[in-house]
Amino acid sequence: MGKIHINGVVNAVKKVRGGVKVSHHKNTANLEVVRMPIPEQVILPMQQHIGAPCMPTVNVGDTVKVGQVIGDTDKFVSAPIHASVSGTVKAIGNIKLANGTMVQGVTIESDGEMTPYEGIEAPTVNNKDDFIKAVRASGLVGLGGAGFPTHVKLNVPADKNIDTLVINAAECEPYITVDYRECIDNSWDIYSGIKTVQEFLNIPNAVIAVEDNKPEAFKVLTQMIENDKDSAKTIKVMQLESRYPQGAEKMMVQSATGRQVPPGKLPADVGCIVINVASIAFIARYLKTGKPLVSRSLTVDGMAIAEPKNIRVPIGTSISDVVEFCGGFKADPVKIIAGGPMMGMAITDLDHPLAKSNNALLCFSKDDAKIFRETDCIRCGKCAAACPMSLAPTKIVRDTKAKDADALLKDGVMVCMECGSCAYSCPAKKPLVQHMRLAKQVIREAGTNK
Amino acid sequence: MTLNNKLVVSASPHDRSVRTVKSIMLDVIIALVPALVASVIYYGPRALLIEAVAVATCVIFEAFSRVIMKREQTIGDFSAVITGLLLAFNLPASIPLWMVVIGSAVAIIVVKQFFGGIGQNFVNPALVGRIVLLASFPTAMSSWVEPLSWKNGSIDGITSASPLADIHNMIKSTGTSADIPNLKEMLLGWREGCLGETCAIALIIGGLYLVARKVIKPTIPLVYIGTVAVIMFIAGKGNLQFVAYELLGGGLMLGAIFMATDYTTSPITFKGKIIFGIGCGIFTSLIRIFGNLPEGVSYSIVIMNILVPLIEQATLPKPFGTPKKEKEEKAK
Repeated sequence: MGKIHINGVVNAVKKVRGGVKVSHHKNTANLEVVRMPIPEQVILPMQQHIGAPCMPTVNVGDTVKVGQVIGDTDKFVSAPIHASVSGTVKAIGNIKLANGTMVQGVTIESDGEMTPYEGIEAPTVNNKDDFIKAVRASGLVGLGGAGFPTHVKLNVPADKNIDTLVINAAECEPYITVDYRECIDNSWDIYSGIKTVQEFLNIPNAVIAVEDNKPEAFKVLTQMIENDKDSAKTIKVMQLESRYPQGAEKMMVQSATGRQVPPGKLPADVGCIVINVASIAFIARYLKTGKPLVSRSLTVDGMAIAEPKNIRVPIGTSISDVVEFCGGFKADPVKIIAGGPMMGMAITDLDHPLAKSNNALLCFSKDDAKIFRETDCIRCGKCAAACPMSLAPTKIVRDTKAKDADALLKDGVMVCMECGSCAYSCPAKKPLVQHMRLAKQVIREAGTNK
Repeated sequence: MTLNNKLVVSASPHDRSVRTVKSIMLDVIIALVPALVASVIYYGPRALLIEAVAVATCVIFEAFSRVIMKREQTIGDFSAVITGLLLAFNLPASIPLWMVVIGSAVAIIVVKQFFGGIGQNFVNPALVGRIVLLASFPTAMSSWVEPLSWKNGSIDGITSASPLADIHNMIKSTGTSADIPNLKEMLLGWREGCLGETCAIALIIGGLYLVARKVIKPTIPLVYIGTVAVIMFIAGKGNLQFVAYELLGGGLMLGAIFMATDYTTSPITFKGKIIFGIGCGIFTSLIRIFGNLPEGVSYSIVIMNILVPLIEQATLPKPFGTPKKEKEEKAK
């Protein structure tokens, strides 16, 4: 495990290659999470996770209560969707997600009561299978932004020996501070969640990884661990260099254990499970109360928003309701982003609902939208130097133009996680992430043609 | 809620570094200023005239090329200014101005724009401009003006061997010739040579500025100069004075710091930069020791420029997490 320095701080076992030093903009770090008033209606997309979409299990006109399942599927890689307000199902139909895809969505008109569903009770969990089932039933997906169903992550095949649970509290995306707030405000939930996962999955070690720009979180977590002499031996709080994309899953595994996840493999293949800090705290709360994932915290910031806030919203709340709650716009928004500035998605209008994996809403005015003119590549190599995955974006762009799928496979573009470090550092302001996505598309198309 | 304007939608990331191509080019120009000042001190107003003509013609040729090719105008990125400055730095003070114009035309029109403009040329434009002039007008290109002689009103070129040739002779015979500047003079640039290549101190200051501003990595200059030092140490049978003259003489400092580090014509990988630097050093030394030419920096950099795609192909890192075994298999 990590080197212990004189002052007792555990540092990364192996530093991350490349990456970029971004401005942190953690303006909302000192703002406690406030609950948003109940919106008049919510729209719940049937796909808020990576995997199979859910099918609505309610009909138009039905009365639903908070926590009631309204969408599910029998596919394993999926997560059920619960009503986030109580009220009446007003419509079921196609809605457009922020990324442009059409999915089914259930619109619920709120009765303002927030009546909890009668069926909610703490799950009985005696073994690993019960635990995995309970986590699936909670509807939990990775709250750090990726939206991968958590129970799939926890359901490790028996032949894979997991020795380290990595709790991702890096929060390397600029602006976002809700994971930081989770560490400060709910450290006991985090602790209890770690203990539970360690127990049911039989994982000997746990590492909570925090970037060194959050010393306060580091302090709180360390104190929490030190209170319990037994867990101090198995749980470590690790301070990582604040360097984007420190919080990416593969980077996390390398920093925490020194191991590298091979291309096309998962952290479980090198004995690790990585879980976001808000997700682990949610697991603890769910096992205690049985209340499924019906709300989440997110950071609202940017120069166009009147009152930046950390807020807790019912899932499915529309962006315009959130903007209104945060005082509206103080300047004309030029760009609105669901998620962080490095990997978030620029949205087209304010009617989009916020999904489970939305950890931020950034409203940029012309002052922080950073719109540059694209110029010619000068082959400076800054993109390749910044790539944490050791790829050469210049070559990938060239091979994409030639539509050479074989060369692209050799270039390793499939390991690209679209972190945006290359495009961030590009002086010619090339949309390199877009090029990487095109490259992957070239490979997919070649695969289907064969 | 209605918006007054349409939202901008683009692929992530939505944050960008402040570095632009233009700001990088401006930094390079700033780094060239000390050498420019030195050239004007040693060679007077005529040095400034040559530099002005080279820069102006490079920018004009670039602008015309873009107009004729119906491409977007690129003179605003200042790369043509750098090409002009570097070309002028590689010319003697006595060169006729019309030859400067020919050099600019070759550099910008033939080498840069024929291949598609900035980022597309496979060899360094300024160096090829110099090489073409050297091959076409060998006498004019090797007539040197004595430093500070402009103050006496004489700017005529003295056709003589460059100090580097004198040094080579010095080693072949024994003892120090009285004509050779001492090492301090070499460092300050008090010697015959091209406009921008003589003042080693000014060039090193420029190089340090580029490293500090993270425009270049020091890899190529260090490896290049280091390789020449090692070879010359062996060739000079351990004579350190000879090594020092070799490093400060000719265009090695200018070439290693400003020409070999050109983004477009050098490898982007760390290992590639080392191979590139070693290659430049070997070719420079071979030409200096065995060649008929007194100077080999231009040719060696251009030769290595041509090899860049191969070097890069061989040194691209394997994607993150590629197992060691696979690495070895791929190497086979």
